[in-house]
Amino acid sequence: MEPMTTSPLATTGRRVDHRGLAEPDAQAPKIATITGQAAEFDAAGLTPRLINLELRRLLYVEGVTEVTIHNPGAQHSIAVGLLIRCRILIDGSLGYFGCGLADGPEIHITGRVGWSVAENMMSGVIVIDKNAGSLTGAALRGGDLVVRGHVGARTGIDQKGGTIIVGGNTGSMTGFMMQRGRQIICGDAGPGLGDSMYDGALYVGGKVAALGVDCIEAEMTPADDELIDRKFGIYRMQRPDAFRKFVCGKKLWNYDNLEPNERKLVL
Amino acid sequence: MCGIAGIIYKGRTGDVGRDMTRMLQAMRHRGPDSTGYALYGETSDMVIMRFTLADPTDHRDFDFSERLERNRRKVEARLAKLGATVDRVQGESDYAYRATFRYDGELKPLADFVEDVPGAEVLSLGHSLEIVKDLGDAQTVCRQYRLDDFRGTHAIGHVRMATESDVDIAGAHPYWAYPFSDVAVVHNGQLTNYHQWRRRLERLGHRFQSECDSEIIAVYIAQLMADGLSLETSMKQSLDDLDGVFTYLVVTENQLGVAKDEMAAKPLVLYEADDMVALASEEVAIRAVVNREIDTYDPYEREVLVWNR
Repeated sequence: MEPMTTSPLATTGRRVDHRGLAEPDAQAPKIATITGQAAEFDAAGLTPRLINLELRRLLYVEGVTEVTIHNPGAQHSIAVGLLIRCRILIDGSLGYFGCGLADGPEIHITGRVGWSVAENMMSGVIVIDKNAGSLTGAALRGGDLVVRGHVGARTGIDQKGGTIIVGGNTGSMTGFMMQRGRQIICGDAGPGLGDSMYDGALYVGGKVAALGVDCIEAEMTPADDELIDRKFGIYRMQRPDAFRKFVCGKKLWNYDNLEPNERKLVL
Repeated sequence: MCGIAGIIYKGRTGDVGRDMTRMLQAMRHRGPDSTGYALYGETSDMVIMRFTLADPTDHRDFDFSERLERNRRKVEARLAKLGATVDRVQGESDYAYRATFRYDGELKPLADFVEDVPGAEVLSLGHSLEIVKDLGDAQTVCRQYRLDDFRGTHAIGHVRMATESDVDIAGAHPYWAYPFSDVAVVHNGQLTNYHQWRRRLERLGHRFQSECDSEIIAVYIAQLMADGLSLETSMKQSLDDLDGVFTYLVVTENQLGVAKDEMAAKPLVLYEADDMVALASEEVAIRAVVNREIDTYDPYEREVLVWNR
């Protein structure tokens, strides 16, 4: 057996193994109340690892499809890597890296979230009732991520698909290096909107502080309005009077351009 | 990575030592190398000086204790020589001290004269500011310096993950804005024009205790305030003058401010209530003192906010 250490990576009272994995011996606490297909448990006093173990036990072992987590306490890395169709209600706020790598779940968070919520989500729906920090929906690949409040900087950085909807404002460098997908921002956008984006679309209902490199304004089409209306209908959100659409100018990056060596081969 | 935190009570005092410890301990994972506090008690008519005569990593040779005691007496004698009426010089640990004295003169010659004693480093000088910093996490430092009993009006704190300088007290935050009374800074980030500003400030006669870029911010802000600018204006000016990625907190005798760089690259979560403001690199730190669901938000790029106690 590998030795346990008191690595500085461990928080007080939590053991880590030689790789720095916190609480390597931890077991699901089995504290949830299960009623048919639904379950709920109180996360107060539990570490993130114990919360996640309990959640995974309910979804993957007990076969529960609806889980409510009370008192998440703004802890980090909750509900990460859920590759299953289910409904989760998080009754409170999350810290950093919540709900990342999701593929399928519908998650409703009644509080706020820290940085990097829904990072790399592949499919599913995540709805946050309050604000979110920076890097919201980083590298999002699919699904809908809805933040009813404001979000921080670099929203949807490296986004590769899916839809991010923000009810309030967004910070600087929104859509930075975005490659696909769309963002619908009801409020204002900070400076550097769409900086170095490759593709995708950014819709902004408020003011834009400044466009980023190679981001240009494009004409709104009926299809754009239809998409926005449909999304706002699903999430029962108030739509601003008008949106402006921003896309890649294709001067900096262009998927259709060939690398110099490839061009020589083709031509 | 590092973590920063601040708390200010509006129109009241609180258990600021205990609250700051809870906040910093909740962010221990952001940096367990050292922990530091800038605590503000009730304003005193006496000057409070926190200083060290050795570093915890120094070799304990046979006459370590005797040498420090000799140097402590030298500090006391030098204070008296400059006209200070010393009330008390109290040992807070093997190498850290808290002195209180009456003194109306300039702080710069006093700090310089004290720091001329071998091994001496002035951590803070002022009528309400007390900087305490040492190696280890918040619980360790709190226990060592008995900070649970510290009541006051506001504070900032820092947990450090050393990346670019040594793990020692000189590299730990907060930084006092030598030689200005009651100003301190904690910082999360990197300044890329550190050497330029260090040379400029050194030409104005300032000295630096460390190689840490964060110390620049403290002296820079205090210099602008000494030139007549308000804290808020000074911090706004810093957004143009300081280059790099940063979120920093500044405290003065009556105010606490936060500034974020134009990229908003470093985190900060803010909670404001009627009777207090708490802010930290992570919400878990705020929840350590406000244990209920709260509305928080992240300040945006180039945002400067200042609160009064």
